[in-house]
Amino acid sequence: MKAFLILEDGTVFTGKSIGSTREVISEIVFNTSMTGYLEVLTDPSYAGQAVTMTYPLIGNYGITPDMESERSWVDGYIVRELSRIPSNFRCQGTIQDFLVKQDIPGIAGIDTRALTKILREKGTMNGMITTNQNYDLEEIIPRLKAYTVGDVVTKVTCTEKKVLPGKGKKVALLDLGAKNNIAKSLNERGCEVTIYPAHTSAEEILASNPDGIMLSNGPGDPKTNVDIILNIKKLYASDIPIFAICLGHQLMALATGADTYKMKYGHRGGNHPVKDLETGRVYISSQNHGYAVDTETLDPKVCVPAFTNVNDGTNEGLKYVGKNIFTVQFHPEACPGPQDSGYLFDRFLKMMGGEQ
Amino acid sequence: MPRDNSIKKVLVIGSGPIVIGQAAEFDYAGTQACRSLREEGVEVCLVNSNPATIMTDKQIADQVYIESLTIETLQQIILKEKPDSILPTIGGQAGLNLGMELADSGFLAEHNVRLIGTSRDTIFRAEDRQAFKDTMEKLGEPVAASHVVHNVEDGVQFTNTIGYPVVLRPAYTLGGSGGGIAHDESELREILENGLRLSRVHEVLVERSIAGWKEVEYEVMRDAAGNCITVCNMENIDPVGVHTGDSIVVAPSQTLGDKEYQMLRTSALNIITELGITGGCNVQYALNPDSFEYCVIEVNPRVSRSSALASKATGYPIAKVSAKIALGYTLDEIKNVITGKTYACFEPMLDYCVVKIPRLPFDKFITAKRTLTTQMKATGEVMSIANNFEGGLMKAIRSLEQHVDSLKSYDFTMLSMDELEDQLKVVDDRRIWVIAEALRRHIPKEHIHDITKIDLWFIDKIDILVGMEYRLSSEPMTAELLAEAKRMEFPDHVIAELSGKTEDEIHKMRMENGIIAGFKMVDTCAAEFEATTPYYYSVFGSENEAIETKDKKKILVLGSGPIRIGQGIEFDFCSVHATWAFSKRGYETIIVNNNPETVSTDFDIADKLYFEPLTAEDVRNIVDFEKPDAAVVQFGGQTAIKLTQDLMEMGVPILGTKAEDVDAAEDRELFDEILQKTGIPRASGGTVYTAEEAKAVANRIGYPVLVRPSYVLGGQGMQIAFNDQEIEQFIDIINRIAQDHPILVDKYLQGKEVEVDAVCDGENILIPGIMEHIERTGIHSGDSISVYPAPTISDEIKAKIAKDTELLAQALHVKGMINIQFIVMDGEVYVIEVNPRSSRTVPYISKVTGIPIVDLAVQVMLGKKIPELGYAPGLQPEADYYAIKMPVFSFEKLRGAEIAMGPEMKSTGECLGISPDFNEALYKAFQGAGVRLPKYKQMIMTIKDSDKAESVDVAKRFANLGYTIYATRSTARYLNDHGVEARWVNKISQESPNVMDLILGHKIDVVVDIPTQGHGDKSRDGFQIRRNAIETGVYCITALDTANALAHALETVNGDHELSIIDIAKIQSRGGNVEA
Repeated sequence: MKAFLILEDGTVFTGKSIGSTREVISEIVFNTSMTGYLEVLTDPSYAGQAVTMTYPLIGNYGITPDMESERSWVDGYIVRELSRIPSNFRCQGTIQDFLVKQDIPGIAGIDTRALTKILREKGTMNGMITTNQNYDLEEIIPRLKAYTVGDVVTKVTCTEKKVLPGKGKKVALLDLGAKNNIAKSLNERGCEVTIYPAHTSAEEILASNPDGIMLSNGPGDPKTNVDIILNIKKLYASDIPIFAICLGHQLMALATGADTYKMKYGHRGGNHPVKDLETGRVYISSQNHGYAVDTETLDPKVCVPAFTNVNDGTNEGLKYVGKNIFTVQFHPEACPGPQDSGYLFDRFLKMMGGEQ
Repeated sequence: MPRDNSIKKVLVIGSGPIVIGQAAEFDYAGTQACRSLREEGVEVCLVNSNPATIMTDKQIADQVYIESLTIETLQQIILKEKPDSILPTIGGQAGLNLGMELADSGFLAEHNVRLIGTSRDTIFRAEDRQAFKDTMEKLGEPVAASHVVHNVEDGVQFTNTIGYPVVLRPAYTLGGSGGGIAHDESELREILENGLRLSRVHEVLVERSIAGWKEVEYEVMRDAAGNCITVCNMENIDPVGVHTGDSIVVAPSQTLGDKEYQMLRTSALNIITELGITGGCNVQYALNPDSFEYCVIEVNPRVSRSSALASKATGYPIAKVSAKIALGYTLDEIKNVITGKTYACFEPMLDYCVVKIPRLPFDKFITAKRTLTTQMKATGEVMSIANNFEGGLMKAIRSLEQHVDSLKSYDFTMLSMDELEDQLKVVDDRRIWVIAEALRRHIPKEHIHDITKIDLWFIDKIDILVGMEYRLSSEPMTAELLAEAKRMEFPDHVIAELSGKTEDEIHKMRMENGIIAGFKMVDTCAAEFEATTPYYYSVFGSENEAIETKDKKKILVLGSGPIRIGQGIEFDFCSVHATWAFSKRGYETIIVNNNPETVSTDFDIADKLYFEPLTAEDVRNIVDFEKPDAAVVQFGGQTAIKLTQDLMEMGVPILGTKAEDVDAAEDRELFDEILQKTGIPRASGGTVYTAEEAKAVANRIGYPVLVRPSYVLGGQGMQIAFNDQEIEQFIDIINRIAQDHPILVDKYLQGKEVEVDAVCDGENILIPGIMEHIERTGIHSGDSISVYPAPTISDEIKAKIAKDTELLAQALHVKGMINIQFIVMDGEVYVIEVNPRSSRTVPYISKVTGIPIVDLAVQVMLGKKIPELGYAPGLQPEADYYAIKMPVFSFEKLRGAEIAMGPEMKSTGECLGISPDFNEALYKAFQGAGVRLPKYKQMIMTIKDSDKAESVDVAKRFANLGYTIYATRSTARYLNDHGVEARWVNKISQESPNVMDLILGHKIDVVVDIPTQGHGDKSRDGFQIRRNAIETGVYCITALDTANALAHALETVNGDHELSIIDIAKIQSRGGNVEA
C-alpha cells in the first residue's frame, strides 16, 4: 500500500506504508544512529514525534529483548528500507510485525537523505503520514501548522511508583519518560532504585529520605512541565545529591532561573562529541533532544557549564555551585549508542558517598 | 593540546614495493600524512624504495630517498638529514618493523631522534604475541586460547591440549604469510614448519580456531589527551577463516545489534587506551554468532588497508588526522575538512552501505590454489557505495574488471546438485556466485548458511538479487520492475539479456520513465551538517544532490580501477598527476574511480570525486549530469582506454591522441601499414582468430612464436609457443578470457629489450630517457630489471631508437604519451609494441630524470608545443647515475603459483636502485626487493640444456664469490666438465638427501632454476623446486640474465661497503624548465 509523508512546507514524499495504516500528525525529526532502532522506537523521549532513520537499512537484526520502555512511543516511523528477513541469535520477531502490533504508522522507500536535508535546512517541522491517496494539501497544511507536541510527559510517565531492590544507596528516580537503562545502570551499581511518576510531589520524594535523586530524560518542550519544575525547585533546595539527564537537566535549569530554547533540528544520534570542561576530555555521546539550555541565561552563582558540544558549542551539562548537583544534556545510559559516559553514574554514586 | 613545536623535521618511512598484503593503501596514507605534516610547516624527509608511488614525488616531501628499506640505509639517511622525529606508523608493517628495529638498537636514542605517532612500547605490546596476550588478559579482553611456539613439537603438544582445528599465525609477517588453519597433525606440522621459517623472530602463534564466527573490525583513533573515537566498523561477509583482505567486507556492520556493536566498540576503545596508541589503529574481532562471546583477533597500531577502506567509506581522513595527532594536536582541535564546520572528534555516521570486494590474481596464476585462507592473496580491491546492500554488491562486482557484472557471470549451471553442494563447501573467490546458483536451485537458505556460515542476512540479499534475475526473465518489463532492478544496480545490458531486450531498448525505456541515476554525497554525518566536499556516489530512485558547476571547463579523468598484476599503482600515479596538471591550467577536474586504496580517490585530489564502477553505463551517468568538456583516457591504463569508444559515442571529446590512432597501434594491419611507411621493422607475424590460423602463421614464420591477445595489459594470456600443440593450448586459454579482439602471432626474436616513454605534440617528441632490460626478450617488460640510462646500447642505436620513436609517434599522430618497446638484435632495432598511452614506467622515468612527463603530456594535449615547455625536442641528455627498476613478486603468498618468468607479467610491484655506479645500483635494487645476500654462500643450479653453456660463466662468478654450488646431475656434470666445481645432488624423485632436503635445510641463498621454455614440458620437479624455494624464503631466479646481474651486484658490494644515497628531490630536470 502506498503511503505519503506530507510536510508543513508542502513537500510530499511517496513511499510504501509500513506498520499501522492509520493517519498521524506529528513533529518530524531524524536520528543518525546506525544501530539501535529498537531502543529509538521505545525511547519515551520520542513521544509526540515521528522519527526518520538516516541509516537506510533498518530491521536487519529484528526485534531483540532491548526495549527501553514497555512500548514504542514514536508517533510514526520513517525509513528507507526495512529488511526482508531479520538475522540475529536473539531475534524474537520482525520490525514489520512490531510496528503493526504497536500500532505505529510508518512509511518506507522514501529518500530519507533528502528529507533529512530539508529538516536540516528548514528546521524540525510537523508532518503527516497517511495512506489516503486523495489527500488535500490545502486542508492538511493548516492542521500540520497547528500541531503541538503537548504534555507528553504525563503520557509517558509511569502511573505508580516502582522499586528495584538493591543493597546499596537509595535513589529516587523521577520518571519523566525514563529509559530503562537509567534505573538499570544504577541498580547494577547496587542502588535501590525507586521510580516515581512524574507528577509526584517533592515532599513525597523527600519523605522517603533518598541518598540521591535522579531526574530522567523525557519528551516535549520542557517549559510545559510547570508543576514538575516547581517540585524540582524544592528538590534543589534540599541537600540531597541530584543527577539529571536530558529533560531532567533542562527542568533543573528552568527551576533555577535559566531559560531553554528550541533548537533548529536538535541532536539525535550516537556520535555527538561532548567536552568535559573540567578535564578537557571529549566523549562521544548518545543524544536525543530538540531543546537546549541557553547558557546566556545562566547565573554563575547558581550553575556553570560542565559539558559543551564540540560540534556546535551548545550546552551539554551543568554543575550547580555549592550543591551536590550535576546535570547532563546527553545520555550516559546510552542504549542506543556509545557507553563512553557511563562513568557519570559512578560519579553520582560518589556524590552520594558511595564508592563503586 | 597545541602542536608540539619541537617537531621540526620528520622522517616518514614508506612501505616499499607493492606486494600482496601491502599495497597502494600505504601510498594513499603516506601521501596524505606527508601533506598533513607539511601543512603544519614540518619539513618532511621521505624514504620509500617504491618509485611508482605518489608519496615519493618531490611535491610531497622535502627530501625524497627512493632507497631500500634497510636499517643501514635508514641510519645513513638519519645521519645525513638529521630529522628530530620518525613517523613509523604509516608505512604498513614494513615501516613499523623498521621503526621498531631502529628504536631497539638504541640508534634513535643515541642521535636524539624519537618515534612520533606511537611509542616503541605501544608497538611492542600490540605486535608481540605474548605481550599482546598479557595486555588483553590484564584488560579482561578475551583472546582465543593460544600459545606462542618456537618449534613444531611445542605446537603439536599445545594443540593436543586445546584440540583441532587450530589457526597458525607467524609473528611479524605480511598478509599473514606462512599462516593457515590446521585440521590435523600433519597439516599442523607442515604449516607450522613453514610459518616458523618465514617469521622474522621464528615465532608462531597457535590458536584455537574460531572459524565460522563473524569477523568484525573497528577503526579507532586516539590522541595523546586520551580522547578516543571509532571511525567506522566493518563486517566481513566471509566468516573468520578468510583473511580480511580476501573477504567481501561491508561497512557499517549489518547484522550486529546495538548491544553487539557497542560491546565491541567499547572493547576497542579500552584496548587502544590501555595500549596508549596515539593515532589510528585497527582492532579485529571474532564474534560468536550465537552469543555475546567474542575474541580479539589482532590489533594493528598503525594505518592499514582497513583504515584506507574506512577512510574512503566514511570520508574521515585517518592518515591525515593521525599525522596531526603525531604532532601533538588533540582530536577536538582538528577540523573535519569534509564539513568544514565540525571537528575530527566525532564519529562518522553513514547513510549508505559500502561493499568491498578483493581483486584476486587467479586470472594470472591459473595453477595457484583458488581457496581463500588466513593468508592473503588479493592484489587489490574495489569499493562501491549504494543505499542498499544489493546495489552495493552489484556495483562492486562490475568494478572488479574480471569479466563479471552480475551473479550469473560465473557459470555453475553444469554442476549436479551433489556437486553444487560440494562446491558450496569450497571457500574461494567465486563463493557468492555458487551461493546464487544454489539459491536458483532452491537449496534452502538455512542449509547454505549451515555450510558456509555466512550470515543469513547476506544470503537473503543474494536471494533477493536472484529473485530479481528471475522476475526480469519471466515477467513483462514494466517501468516499475525496471526501476526496482536499477535500484539494485542491475546494469542495463544484464537487464537486457535477462529480459530478451536490447541494451538500447532498456536505456530508452529508462529515459522515457525518468529512471536515471542521481548522485549522493559522502559527508561523514548522514546529512546532519552541510558538507562542502563533492565526494559522490550514484543511486537510483533518489534525488540528485550533486551540485552543478559551470564556471570552468571540465575535464573527466578516468582512473584505473583495482590494482592487479599488470595494472598497478603506476596508473594511479599518472591519473593523479594528470588531475593536478589540468587543475593547474584552470580546469575543473572530475575523477571517476573505484579503488579505495589509492591517492586518486582521496576526496581532495580532484575538484569532484565520483566513486563509481568504470563501465560505460556508469560513466555515462556521470557524463549525462556533468557534461564534461573533454575526457582523458591516456592515464588510467587499459581500464580507461577501453572506454574511449563509449565516451566518443556519448559525445565527449577525448583529449590527446585520437581513438582511431590508438586503434591503429593495436590493429595488426593498420599498424603494419604504418611500419611500412616509416620503414621500421618488426618481427614477422599475423593476426588470427582461430588456432588453425595461428598454426598456419606459426609454420610460415617458424617456431618459436609469441602468441598474445590484443588490447590487454601486462601481457595477459601471452605465451611463447614452440609447436602446434602449444598453440592449440594457448589459444584455448586466451579464448576462455572474454575476447572480442583478434590474437597476434609473432616470430619470437631473442634480443635485448629496450623501452621508451615519450611525449609527443603531434610533431615534436620529448624522450626523457631510454630504458634497457637486463633480461632478454621473452620475459614480460614488467618483470624485467630495467636500467636507465641504457648501459649496453651504443649511441648510434640510441639515436636510431629516438628516431623510430619520433617516426612512430608522428605517424600515429600522438598527442600526449606514448610507450614503445623495442628489440635490439644484431645491430637492428625492431618494434615489439606501441602503446599510445601512459605506461608502467612513467613514474620511474619521471622521477629519475626529473622530467614531469605527465604534466608535459597534459600541456601538450591542451595545445602547447614541446619547445614552448622549455625542452629541446628529442632524446634528453642522460643522467650521470644509474637508476634500476627491479620487479618484486608475491609468489610466497600464492600456493601453487608457477613462478618461472615468461611473457605474461607476474610481479606485483617494483623498487628502485640508484647510484652513480652501475653495479652498486644493481645491488641496491636487489636489496630493495628483499634480496639480502650473501648469507650462507650456498646455491643450487638446475639449468635447461640450451642454457648450460651460458651458465658456466655465471657459475664461475658465484664460485669466485665463495659460493658452494649444488646442482642436479646433468647441470653438475656440465659445470664440472667446464671447470666450475659443482656438487651433485639427487633429484626430488631420488633418495634423500636430495635437492629438496637441501632447500629445506635453510642454508641456501639462492636457487637458479632455468626451466625449459614453453609449458609443453611438465617438469614437475622444477616446479616443486621453485615452489619450495619460494615458500621457505629462498630467492629463486628463473632467467640467467637475472643471475648474472646478481653476481655483478655481489661482486661489487661485498663486505663493509657503504652504499651511496641519493635525494631524488634534488634531481633537476636536464635541459628543461619544469614550471613552464
